[in-house]
Amino acid sequence: MSRETLINTALALALLGVPLWAYAVDEPFIITLATKVAILALAGVGLNIALGLGGLVSLGHAAFFGIGGYAMGILASHAQTYTAITDWPVLIEGTKSMPVIWLVAVVASGIAALLIGALSLRTSGVYFIMITLAFGQMLYYFAISWAAYGGEDGLSVYVRNGFPGLNTLDPIQFFAITFVLLLAALLFSARLAKSPFGLALNAARQSPQRVETIGLSPYRLRLLAFVISGMITGLAGALFADLNRFVSPTMFSWQTSGEIMVFIILGGTARLFGPVAGAALFIILEHILGGLSEFWHIYLGLLLLLVVLFAKGGVIGTLAGREQAHD
Amino acid sequence: MTDPNTPVLETRNICKSFNALKASQDITLNLRAGEIHALIGPNGAGKSTLIAQIAGGLKPDSGSVHMDGRDVTALPTAKRARLGLGRTFQVSALAMEDTVLQNAVLGALGAQGRPFRLFQSALNNASLRDSAEQALERVGLQDHARTRTAELSHGQRRQLEVAVALTLNPKAFVMDEPMAGLGASGSKSLTGFLDSLREQAPILMVEHDMDAVFALADRISVLVYGQIIATGTVAEIRAHPEVRRAYLGEDA
Repeated sequence: MSRETLINTALALALLGVPLWAYAVDEPFIITLATKVAILALAGVGLNIALGLGGLVSLGHAAFFGIGGYAMGILASHAQTYTAITDWPVLIEGTKSMPVIWLVAVVASGIAALLIGALSLRTSGVYFIMITLAFGQMLYYFAISWAAYGGEDGLSVYVRNGFPGLNTLDPIQFFAITFVLLLAALLFSARLAKSPFGLALNAARQSPQRVETIGLSPYRLRLLAFVISGMITGLAGALFADLNRFVSPTMFSWQTSGEIMVFIILGGTARLFGPVAGAALFIILEHILGGLSEFWHIYLGLLLLLVVLFAKGGVIGTLAGREQAHD
Repeated sequence: MTDPNTPVLETRNICKSFNALKASQDITLNLRAGEIHALIGPNGAGKSTLIAQIAGGLKPDSGSVHMDGRDVTALPTAKRARLGLGRTFQVSALAMEDTVLQNAVLGALGAQGRPFRLFQSALNNASLRDSAEQALERVGLQDHARTRTAELSHGQRRQLEVAVALTLNPKAFVMDEPMAGLGASGSKSLTGFLDSLREQAPILMVEHDMDAVFALADRISVLVYGQIIATGTVAEIRAHPEVRRAYLGEDA
């Protein structure tokens, strides 16, 4: 087992162990924090496919996070008021079922990523960053002005959505759901990196010219990566909304995009468990430093600066060293 | 089936200007089956511009590019590669963070043309790996398969460029200065290899190393200020007065 695999396993076990311990000593708040880490890490795993593997610096992933969130908010709010979303051309009703909500969130954010990606990926570099940012902000202002779903105030859902066979109101059971989904996304992400698609995408990041010369289109590779990336981040958005039982336009804001990116940079760009390490560190810092000072973001900024200047591999890179060329 | 006399690769009256600079002026040249056609010329003659138009990175202002008689002028680089154009670069364009084997597998993947497989392992795919390993063996890199490409010597990167092109089983090779930066022995061994490669597919190459050009080329075209001033055999080019004046120097 390589050092990185060991560290990854330790991280996964810690993320599982802490809430189990909290459950034993009856500290539900800690369980909620761990759930938040799992969900934010999931959002990061999504972005890491575009950013780490594909080299696509998207500053608009809040779009997908928000779409996932609103998918949950809209479906659940209609279900709780027993009103149909639409009755023409077909009757569509709300739902309180998590699997259905996830499916809608993933499909909706996938479609959005396809549209946003198809346009944004025609540009590169700074222009790509700006255009993804612009799409994110468009959705943010759209959500603010969408009075039917709470506008600026957002939407509250009184009871957490259900999952067959589980009591999702029990923090540890809801944590289990998010943890399993995170692991599934990590597994998928690891396979993807070694697949023919992953190999080609990774090469397109390093040398697009090379990829064209062997007869493949970097644009199509990147577009698929962007869609997959958006779908995973969208799923995380639906879970995040369920965790808070609340959605608001903030989920669409560029700060959200920035935070997801911060998880990856803190944890280690393109490293499988980078988003997990990053999200955990972020939440721990928010909890500890946030208790000391309301200006804790200053310290976060300093830390980020140190990572970018001196530890480019982030937490995982510092602990595990340079990435092994896998075979 | 196409006529066997149809050139594998051909440019017809290609013109390309960048503002006032005429980089390609009415360039017509072809590459026939089984030959090595060398393109020589002083720096700034427009060799790279011409190669880019043939490979697809740059679109000519007028004129056309043909592969096996088919007009490919409007096709992007990736399509031309799929039609059988194997290109190597002057400055290595490889995935530097990846291993040598991964780069070769990438080429094989391009040849297969099915990159959208998300769940299987690229390196455990027998057909991809076989084709990659064969190509590495042909250029003599089989012992470096697991080396990170960035750690290869300059000469080895050139070999890998050729290996990746080989995985594509191209109908024509287009090589931009394959000898650049190689030492005398490296250049000699690559010369030997390219000599045998022409039987698989003809090679159009830009090259500054005149020893290699004279040793390998069946035909030579001389490009000066965007114009082909002569095309002919090694002996014809050596004797050509304009070429001697423009490029080789009187004592050549």
